[in-house]
Amino acid sequence: MAHEAVIGLECHIQLRSRTKMFCECRAAFGAKPNSNVCPVCLGLPGALPRANRVAVEAALRLGLALGCTVRQESVFARKNYFYPDMPKNYQITQYERPLCEGGALPVEVHGTERTFEISRIHLEEDTGKSFHPERRGERPVSRVDFNRAGVPLLELVTRPTFREPGECGAFLTTLRRLVRWLGVSEGDMEKGHLRCDANVSLRPAGTAGLGVKTELKNLNSIKGVEKGLRAEIARQRGILESGGSVEQATLLFDAEQDRLVIMRSKEDVQDYRYFPEPDLPPLRVDEEWLRRAREGLPELPWVRVARFQAEHGLRAEDARVLCEQRDVADYFDEVARAAAAPRRAAGWIMTEVLRRVRELGAKVEDARDRLPAGRLAFLIAEVEAKRVTAATAKSVLEESMRTGADPREILAARGAAATGSPEELAPLVRQVLEEHPAEVARYLGGRSGTLGFLVGQVVKRSGGRALPQVVRRLLLAELEARGGPGA
Amino acid sequence: MAIPPDEVRRIAELARLEIRDEDLERLAHDLSAVLDYAQVLRRLDLAGCEPLSFAPPEAGLRDDEPDGRGLSQADALAMAPETEGGFFVLPPVVENLEP
Amino acid sequence: MSARESWRLSARALAAAVEAGECTPLEAVNCGWEGPAVAWERDVHAVAHADPEARAAGASSAAGGPLRGVPVVVKDNLCTVDYPTTCCSRILAGYHAPYDATVVRRLRAAGAVVTAKSNMDEFAMGSSTEHSCYGPTRNPWELARVPGGSSGGSAAAVAYGLAPLALGSDTGGSVRQPAAFCGVFGLKPTYGRLSRYGLVAFASSLDQVGFFARHTGDLAVAYAALAGPDPWDATTRPEPAPDVSDWDRGVEDLRFGWPANLWAEGVQREVVEGLEEAAARLERAGARRVALELLPGDYAVAAYYLVATAEASSNLARFDGVRYGFREEGARDVRSLYTRSRSEGFGPEVRRRILLGTYALSAGYYDAYYLTAQRARARIRQEYRAALSRCDFLVMPVAPTLPFRLGEKLDDPLTMYLSDIFTIGANLAGIPGLSAPVGPAPGGLPRAVQLLGREDGEGVLLRAARAIEVRGARALLGRAHEAEFAWPTKR
Repeated sequence: MAHEAVIGLECHIQLRSRTKMFCECRAAFGAKPNSNVCPVCLGLPGALPRANRVAVEAALRLGLALGCTVRQESVFARKNYFYPDMPKNYQITQYERPLCEGGALPVEVHGTERTFEISRIHLEEDTGKSFHPERRGERPVSRVDFNRAGVPLLELVTRPTFREPGECGAFLTTLRRLVRWLGVSEGDMEKGHLRCDANVSLRPAGTAGLGVKTELKNLNSIKGVEKGLRAEIARQRGILESGGSVEQATLLFDAEQDRLVIMRSKEDVQDYRYFPEPDLPPLRVDEEWLRRAREGLPELPWVRVARFQAEHGLRAEDARVLCEQRDVADYFDEVARAAAAPRRAAGWIMTEVLRRVRELGAKVEDARDRLPAGRLAFLIAEVEAKRVTAATAKSVLEESMRTGADPREILAARGAAATGSPEELAPLVRQVLEEHPAEVARYLGGRSGTLGFLVGQVVKRSGGRALPQVVRRLLLAELEARGGPGA
Repeated sequence: MAIPPDEVRRIAELARLEIRDEDLERLAHDLSAVLDYAQVLRRLDLAGCEPLSFAPPEAGLRDDEPDGRGLSQADALAMAPETEGGFFVLPPVVENLEP
Repeated sequence: MSARESWRLSARALAAAVEAGECTPLEAVNCGWEGPAVAWERDVHAVAHADPEARAAGASSAAGGPLRGVPVVVKDNLCTVDYPTTCCSRILAGYHAPYDATVVRRLRAAGAVVTAKSNMDEFAMGSSTEHSCYGPTRNPWELARVPGGSSGGSAAAVAYGLAPLALGSDTGGSVRQPAAFCGVFGLKPTYGRLSRYGLVAFASSLDQVGFFARHTGDLAVAYAALAGPDPWDATTRPEPAPDVSDWDRGVEDLRFGWPANLWAEGVQREVVEGLEEAAARLERAGARRVALELLPGDYAVAAYYLVATAEASSNLARFDGVRYGFREEGARDVRSLYTRSRSEGFGPEVRRRILLGTYALSAGYYDAYYLTAQRARARIRQEYRAALSRCDFLVMPVAPTLPFRLGEKLDDPLTMYLSDIFTIGANLAGIPGLSAPVGPAPGGLPRAVQLLGREDGEGVLLRAARAIEVRGARALLGRAHEAEFAWPTKR
């Protein structure tokens, strides 16, 4: 009997805010342990929480972007359980009345546009970090650092709407892009800004019920999510196909060893004894706030992908690449409006600008500062008009990004106008042919590929200004005169 | 309505409290007495009564500004039974794992 | 009055004396220790933590303000940087808070000096101050009897003269009942009027900081200094606290509700006589009595012991031996660390209430217990609002009996809980309550009445308490006349 998988994801998104969710400690990292805490996030006796407006704003933006229904009055609740990384041994979260419900994320999976439904989004606080097993001398111990305790988190729970791990990977990639796009989170899974647990069950293919589900944790990257899910689906399939039944459990995925580790499930399901948080009032989001938040939403990535194709004539793949990051997309929009050839602009940005950004270890915003849209548009126009060769333009672009100088000035300084003039180029062509008799012989002996090398040499000799098409013509003429291919 | 001793043990476990065997019966009895008494609430007419919450929503949210309640690492650790290298130290967490 | 006798003065008079240079802050702070404490403290045991250096330091840095140089006793569940804060529990033995509670900060800003931390029922769970890890406090009026609880230490300290003001906390009556048992005034403000930041939480939606004094004028000064919104407590009301400067205005235009159905049975005769005395004084002063009926307190007790213990079970989860407090040595893993530290560190009453609260919240019981209790609370608040729409304040007993003997109610927790039957309602409804002494009963034990007001009705309560204080003599009102205080005599 064939089984199909039913997968739901539970994502925790660490928010970008200056302070923690319920106190004014900085939500920043890297400090020495337990140095970024206060009575509230350390859970000292007598301390009380106070909710962070910016965190709520971030939750609203994400909820609205996903088309969720926003509750105008939602409630914070206590989730009670004991663990060393919990300063109060309860977590302030939202339970029965979360901030957002419903909604969906449009995701491109293997070239097809899909949407995956979301169940809810709510606000909560992060825990500290515990480290175990460790040793102190001979003794086994655990260590705890509360710097992270209290950092704002959004919990996003999907409906059990995924059927195979690849869909989950695509969803997470898209979600990551969206949270960065909205400025809500850095979204980096490796850094823990985006964490994901998965619930997996199998059922006979084509049926509607739900099998026993297991929970998969410790999935630290998008690849890890997919691998972990594949492993668990295989494990469950193995059990069911040999006539057994799946037991509820929590499993950790060890990505390095590519194996699952079962945490023996506790005696019974955890009883969290949720109740409304008495120290906090209900969270009120009035009409005015909702309206402002909605209006403040940027053009969403999937909308922009569509627009780049419709308005600028880009291919779907190029539109998607440019829309992976909002500042790149914004940059492209500016360049496209300034330049006459948006598709060229797309190519330039993807191959030249972004590459150099990576090489320089810079950020996209630095590139935009160094090479504002107008300057890039100018360079592109020069190449289009054949006043400058592509090679020259690339070199000018690199210098401009490195030094911040205006491309016009760089070109003037180099005297680097492109040339296609045979008078100028013919002597160079002859020089190159004289200096490379071996290659000439090779070409005449039938290796037509050598022509590319010779063209390159002439262009180099011309300081990058020679138009390659012209060089090629001149070379071919000379070579033919000397014996031609196959002579 | 008497609370079964097993139930008392389960509740104690949730609360991380130990119950000595000799105290179990007395405790079950005391708890049951209070909970039985609580049945009196059934006589109240609670139609239209929403669970009470006092905190005034107008109290509002906090701006996202760092402020001066932070503790130094020394203060944070000052009352701890055991610390090392800036961390709180405690007996190990035992996660029941099987491959 | 010499500096040595200044412990007899009201807080206002003492601050005035310090301001006028008639005594120094240090003299003002130490005179209670050098006089009445020598006579009383060893027997009464009101104090949990004393520190001569801390109070000297406090005195020397006393700010100017309406309470300049005034010593104040602070209940041991309010955080103070210069004294331990242990809630009289083993689990917090030796704990020093790194911050002051907001109310403590405000006291200091008004010039007051923290002179001691007072004894209390562990984590404020109790009505007799018999459940402290440091041993019980005894009633100065009769040492074999309880001072009430859980703020018994603070009440007793004011009663015998260690300080003219003391802070306590009131979750189900823990300021009003010890005030009554010790013959002093005690005020529990409207929920949200005094900040809870720095008050070690018992039941978050019921707890309020309250205070004790020997004079109504002192209650007014303390309220003005302490009340008001706090950005660090989201449950405080955002608008400024009501102005209580007309506390001495009298009660001519006021009506008081008289729910006699509540004491038709089950209340000691002397307590009822105290009520009649208070009513007589109020009427003499011009207030009008309005007969009405109130819902019996059983419902309130039931709702309270579900809500309060539920919230407490969660609030006390943080005491786990990890970051502070008592840790049982030799635990092999975290789970047993928690269990052994908490079982050793918490006393039996606290453990009992944590279990009760955990039960009330646990899966399958939540609706029947916690949720029902919260709904009952709404109903109870409705009742009080309805009654308080027909009058300006209510008069009723504080407790069904005069102060009981030590050990008398320890066998059966439910009996102890039922002694809170008159005070619990105000916490459930969030309304202010004030306990006003009306002079000793024939046997010599203190009697008092409870005044309950509308939300933000503290001003009315103070006016009523004042009228009772001056025995209804209208001529004595309006001049901030300092009424005689009935001091306990050693028996």
